[in-house]
Amino acid sequence: MGVTTALEWLSSCSGCEIAILNIGEALVPLLTEHLDIVHAPVIMDHKYFGQCGDEGGHLEIPQAAVGIVSGGVSNEEHVVVLEEMRKKCTILIALGSCATHGGIPALMNGQNAAQSFAEIYQTPSTDEGASLPDQGVPPLLDRTYALDEKVKVDLMLPGCPPNPAHIAEVITALLENREPKLPTKSVCDTCPTKREGKGNVNKVKRFTENAQFDPDKPISEMRCLLEQGFVCMGPVTVAGCAKYGAPSCIEARVPCRGCFGPVLPKGNQMLDMMNALASNGIDHKSVVDRRSLLRFSGAHGKLRPVRTVTEKEG
Amino acid sequence: MGKVLQIQPVTRIEGHARISVHLDDDGNVENAYMSLMSLRGFEKFIEGRPAEEVPRIVNRICGICPWMHHTAGNKAVDGCFGVTPTPTGQKLRELLQVMAHINDKILHFFFLAAPDFVLGPDSDYSVRNVMGIVKAAPELAARVVKMRQLGQMMIDRFAGKAIHPIAAVAGGFSKPLSEAERRQMLKDSKELLDFSLFALDFAKNNVFNKYLDVIGELGVITTGFLGTVDRDDGSLRMFDGIQRLMKPDGSFTDFEGVNYLDYLGEHVEPWGYGKMPYAKSWDEGFSLDLDAPKGIYRANTLARINVCDKMGTPKAQEALEAFRNVFGRPAQATLLYHYARLIELVYACERTIELLNWDGITDTDVRAKVTPGAGRGVGIVEAPRGTLIHDYSTDANGCIESANLIVGTTHNIGPMNMSVKQAAASLIKDGTYDQGILNKVEMAVRAYDP
Repeated sequence: MGVTTALEWLSSCSGCEIAILNIGEALVPLLTEHLDIVHAPVIMDHKYFGQCGDEGGHLEIPQAAVGIVSGGVSNEEHVVVLEEMRKKCTILIALGSCATHGGIPALMNGQNAAQSFAEIYQTPSTDEGASLPDQGVPPLLDRTYALDEKVKVDLMLPGCPPNPAHIAEVITALLENREPKLPTKSVCDTCPTKREGKGNVNKVKRFTENAQFDPDKPISEMRCLLEQGFVCMGPVTVAGCAKYGAPSCIEARVPCRGCFGPVLPKGNQMLDMMNALASNGIDHKSVVDRRSLLRFSGAHGKLRPVRTVTEKEG
Repeated sequence: MGKVLQIQPVTRIEGHARISVHLDDDGNVENAYMSLMSLRGFEKFIEGRPAEEVPRIVNRICGICPWMHHTAGNKAVDGCFGVTPTPTGQKLRELLQVMAHINDKILHFFFLAAPDFVLGPDSDYSVRNVMGIVKAAPELAARVVKMRQLGQMMIDRFAGKAIHPIAAVAGGFSKPLSEAERRQMLKDSKELLDFSLFALDFAKNNVFNKYLDVIGELGVITTGFLGTVDRDDGSLRMFDGIQRLMKPDGSFTDFEGVNYLDYLGEHVEPWGYGKMPYAKSWDEGFSLDLDAPKGIYRANTLARINVCDKMGTPKAQEALEAFRNVFGRPAQATLLYHYARLIELVYACERTIELLNWDGITDTDVRAKVTPGAGRGVGIVEAPRGTLIHDYSTDANGCIESANLIVGTTHNIGPMNMSVKQAAASLIKDGTYDQGILNKVEMAVRAYDP
């Protein structure tokens, strides 16, 4: 039998699970020979309260050598599931940027969550008088948390989505009882685009026009998107998204938005990026909505509601 | 006092849900509910964001169908900024959106739903999954894995990211398609079309014909349907067209997507985070009563197959005719969602080939000039799970002022609740139930691919 493995997803979108599937043909032996999946809501039918749903109130996940959790923690049930996973799994892996840094759902941390959740039930298409459901649904927490804010995490595998090659590397390394090799450099350090020096950029522009490039030439002939004047989070984002040579968004000729999280796990992508811009003489006020530079890493208290009206958006 | 069976988590679906079956003192079903357990709040936290950034935020609503949110979001932003995408930019968006349907359908049918049919609904939970299929039918499994991967990678290589895409942009697309890329995609899509015809054939022989009795009973309810059709010939459309709302008797009304608020409402129950859309324009209110439902329509594959007059491509049209000969129009049996899914798989492959053969597809004029500003845009596409509506308003700076989203899956929350209740009530009698019976209740949900 293979290594017992349990999978769970919390405040998530299934993208991490699809990234696992995107390992491709190597996935078949992994799933059927090397790993012994004991719990994984997306692909198998193990239930929390017994297979007939009549075994009491304690949520039960089987013992496993490896636990993989995607998604951040945003409601009370997520806390219970995560704690059960920690209790039952020897090694706990946080998969994807929601689990490691809060991810997109942690954008809610930048506003008054209680008020926002209430307003979702007051949209123009919603029946008048409706309110936030509160019967038998897990109550929402005050904000979205990364996993390591709630339990000890043994391994962080960021990305939105994570790179299938890294998921395979982590699993293989565990099977071979060695440390996985994961990128530590920045997106910029691994980007093949051409840097010619800063030129005369002193403001950044929104991505409302396409980058300049010759579609018949390789990506190494395209000028760096920051040097073209676009906000590109490459300098402050950890590498790892590249699958065909260039970082994924650069491959599409689109600037990076930082989906793998900060270069240093505890770094602050917004502050680091504002510093990077300032040190290159770029006016930070030209960044529209600077708080969304924390688009993927708003957990750990980094993104908070705006407290006063005088604290203006950049 | 009876008891409550908590089937949690609902498994082999793409989200977080719980089924509660309430039994009375005699062990018969008093009521049953399917509740959505998660809420993230996209409508609110995209407020204030520059609108052109939003299509690369809302794609995170769903990692299985991110291209749907990405393209609907871009259409809505086009509307806010008053920009018309270049013809090639628009066709590239459609190409990627339709290609994304291919993987989705392979994933759902073979990885999530098939274990119930290939291994049997009553087989033990430990083998009733994709790992079990690999063991029971290794050649089939190998081919399925290879084909899903091919479909994912043809998107990934060209557009940079198959999951959480970035390549569609306000005004069109971020890069042109080269002739070499077009040829490779064409070759790959022809292979996928062959596979889709095999899949339909396989399912007819091994699933639909074999389980006709179950199909005729499990989770069967009577509702209306919502989908999108070509505004000229009424054929099924995935990327654009006019919305068609059909009543249970088959009569229908077509409406422009931008007017969706006149036709659709959203009902809220306190026991689940998901809102339940209903047909407000029928003026009968909302009720999940199995014998007399009010305002209830369904979306997703079976709905699209029912509302369309025909399929716009030849092989899919043949398949639709064969389907209608047996099941009529509108077909109501819930498990027929699987059959409709495979007809759509054939269509998506054929449509991909059509788009790749369109004259201007490799043109380099992929993005129109975009000027951020105030406005409103309603972007609609047919997501695998149903009609997807993104409605944004922007301020003078081109940042989101307000947003309203109706996400594909939600159209079916009401109907899923009805199917769960119908299945549970007909399968659980006098306190007798087991894991196989409860799995059948879940099968009534799985058909909707929530």
